[in-house]
Amino acid sequence: MNRLRNAFLAPAWVVFTLLFFAPLAVIAAYSLATRGTYGGVSAPASLESWVRLADPLYLVILLRSFALAGVATFICLLLGFPLALFIARAGARRNLYLQLVIVPFWTSFLVRTYAWMFLLRETGLVNSALMALGLTREPLPLLYNNGAVILGLVYGYLPFMVLPLYATLERMDRALLEAAADLGARSWSALWRVVIPLSAPGIRAGSVLVFIPCLGAYLTPDLMGGGKTIMIGNLVQNQFTTARDWPFGSALSLALMVIVMVLLMALVRRGGEEGML
Amino acid sequence: MKRLLPLYAVAVYAFFYLPLATLAVFSFNASRFTLWEGFSWRWYAAAFADAQLIEATWNSLVIAVVATAVSTAIGTLCAYGLWKRGSAPLTGSLYLSLVTPEIVMGIALLAFFQWVFRFLGIQLGLHTVILAHVAFSIAYVVVVVLARLRTMDAALEEAALDLGATEWQAFRKVTLPMIGPGVAAAAMLAFTVSFDDYVITSMVAGVDSETLPMVIYAMARRGANPVVNSISTMIVVALGVMVLVSERLRET
Amino acid sequence: MDTVLTLQAVSKQYPGHRAVDNITLEIARGEFFSLLGPSGCGKTTALRMIAGFEEPTSGDVFLGGERINGKRPYERNVSTVFQSYALFPHLTVRGNIEFGLRHKGKRFAGEMDRRIRAALEMVHLENKENRRPAELSGGERQRVALARSLVLEPEVLLLDEPLSALDPKLRKQVRLELKSLQRRVGITFLFITHDQEEALSLSDRMAVMNRGAVEQIGTPEEIYLKPRSRFVASFLGGMNWIDSGGLRPEVTHLGAEPPGDGERSLPATVVHSVFLGNFVQVQVRLASGETMIAETGRRDVAFRNGDAVHIWWRAEDELHFEAEARK
Repeated sequence: MNRLRNAFLAPAWVVFTLLFFAPLAVIAAYSLATRGTYGGVSAPASLESWVRLADPLYLVILLRSFALAGVATFICLLLGFPLALFIARAGARRNLYLQLVIVPFWTSFLVRTYAWMFLLRETGLVNSALMALGLTREPLPLLYNNGAVILGLVYGYLPFMVLPLYATLERMDRALLEAAADLGARSWSALWRVVIPLSAPGIRAGSVLVFIPCLGAYLTPDLMGGGKTIMIGNLVQNQFTTARDWPFGSALSLALMVIVMVLLMALVRRGGEEGML
Repeated sequence: MKRLLPLYAVAVYAFFYLPLATLAVFSFNASRFTLWEGFSWRWYAAAFADAQLIEATWNSLVIAVVATAVSTAIGTLCAYGLWKRGSAPLTGSLYLSLVTPEIVMGIALLAFFQWVFRFLGIQLGLHTVILAHVAFSIAYVVVVVLARLRTMDAALEEAALDLGATEWQAFRKVTLPMIGPGVAAAAMLAFTVSFDDYVITSMVAGVDSETLPMVIYAMARRGANPVVNSISTMIVVALGVMVLVSERLRET
Repeated sequence: MDTVLTLQAVSKQYPGHRAVDNITLEIARGEFFSLLGPSGCGKTTALRMIAGFEEPTSGDVFLGGERINGKRPYERNVSTVFQSYALFPHLTVRGNIEFGLRHKGKRFAGEMDRRIRAALEMVHLENKENRRPAELSGGERQRVALARSLVLEPEVLLLDEPLSALDPKLRKQVRLELKSLQRRVGITFLFITHDQEEALSLSDRMAVMNRGAVEQIGTPEEIYLKPRSRFVASFLGGMNWIDSGGLRPEVTHLGAEPPGDGERSLPATVVHSVFLGNFVQVQVRLASGETMIAETGRRDVAFRNGDAVHIWWRAEDELHFEAEARK
């Protein structure tokens, strides 16, 4: 029986080895090389790319990425927690409400980002409407700034917050809430003292699962941030296209991977990965 | 709180759906500008008349179909193997591939393909995109199929062996029919993530393998273009239906 | 004895846990044999090693004289009725019965239809052959599971707590049917249970297991009346523990006066009595503070709580356990 099982796992191992680990190994090697004149890499080996990660020029981008991802995660929590609570208490309609969250999530990230561009750009719907109503004469700069990037990230990854929160809240014993109410806790205080502390695992899982993709985001800052190198993802992409500095781009990528892995491991150690999909 | 909660939920759902709904409405706008001037199919007609769009859609379909078939087969076998007995290294790899930033995956694959192809004399093209899509969609398939397997009575397989079926026959005649809806759901999900991918695809695509998301991206960057509204609406509806069916299958 | 199944010094070691510890069993052809024990005693592991789902760490399994260690389940001429029945939900009743015939019952090719029909009749499901398991009652599912295995005419039918999924009322009725079915088909049944009443009422012979080892093998009478260990004695029924050994409650009597010579007795006080239909169970406390249980006919003198009584028994009714410390 084990032989069949191993045979079943083999194709996945082949794919992961060739198309996941080998590529990562290649950029690991590249990160230790010298940049080539027309892109690519050349000898000799050097640690220069790794040293440059600490350059204030890039450190600012790194810190900004953390800040934007952090703010987006916090907003997701504020939006997602009440929604998850609502779904968990919706009785027979739970699944419908949950699907209403899931369906747009799987439906084209690119199109959903574009929808906001359509609304927010200078000639977009919001500005057109504001100007038609005479509320403003000049179009407002709604797009291509940090706020727009945060909005895009929240819109893109909110379901990652809602799903684990819902899983925790749904499992939570209703009797606990009733007991709290019984002991005289008004509903707000029951929420604050019972529900929120007990949903800590869901909050933790949701936050990590939102923070990770936000930190590594590329498309959202690229489209909604207006092509400026706002976040790490854009900086990475930039090294492989315009800047033609593959070693530095590789070092940046690996640094990003390490951060993601640390976050993931912290989550798995806490057993919070189950709500991932 | 009892009254506030539904209101809040409605607001969040509006946040989810209003941008897409607005986009859909304006895809039928007769005007090129974002002011309503009456109903028209003109942007849909324009989309279907655009040879570049049609070719890109065709490319996307070919990639998604092939990548889905391969990743569903590999992912289903992998989920089954993991269900039999867990493997921490493989599970870890799966989770890692799910959380790896797309841009990192994209440049790593690009660097890898260029390095390998230098020896083999192969160019980037549809095949590299397909390989990349297989790599990132397997994990989704495994997660969905594994969830399905975990609802199945493990004794069913033992019963099949007990009644004379070999391991392979037990898998094919008992397990596979039992997890069929889960596999179908996983395939639809894989199709969706493949059809929609922009970041990784744009890195590993060759000159002849422009996909629909790549065209949309280029149009969106260039500025307002109502054709994007009509294509976007079609994509949302098509993928939305697929995801909905997939979710329903996961429930049965 | 025509032995059909032999376990020879079989053990199963899991990391940090010995599930089955050196058990030896011989089961005769046509016999209804039970493996009785509390949950976790290793009886299910023993059954799974016979079915081929697990391999023994050491020891041998013989079926019809042939060593079957290392053979896959589909290569062994035994069949299992699972605790959950494990009926294939996507197949009809007929499809479930046919499954085994197509794979394991190739020797019956050509008479499949007749065999399926006979199997359906045997378990009275002729008119439900096109139903799916989800459309059947618990009792009907159990019968499909039996038919599915019996149609293959295995050398031994392995039954893993097949009654535990049924509701208690149905259980007793199905128990009788199971016994008569076994007599009719003449196939060897190896029955796993934690319910001593089931084991006692069904078995020709039985083995009592505890912590992976077999404590005693024998007929139900032998095991009930002459338990070899305190564990066996107490697992099969109520026990009063006295210094020299033990006493079943039903051989323990109560009287207001001390009994005559030849009987053993102790003074006691009635603590509590429970009316159980055809008899009354009376709990008494001895001077030492220990309690004992006696059973008296309901027509006998009624004892009230606090009554001073004498509890007595015949010396020959005492059970003695060799060289075993009281637990």
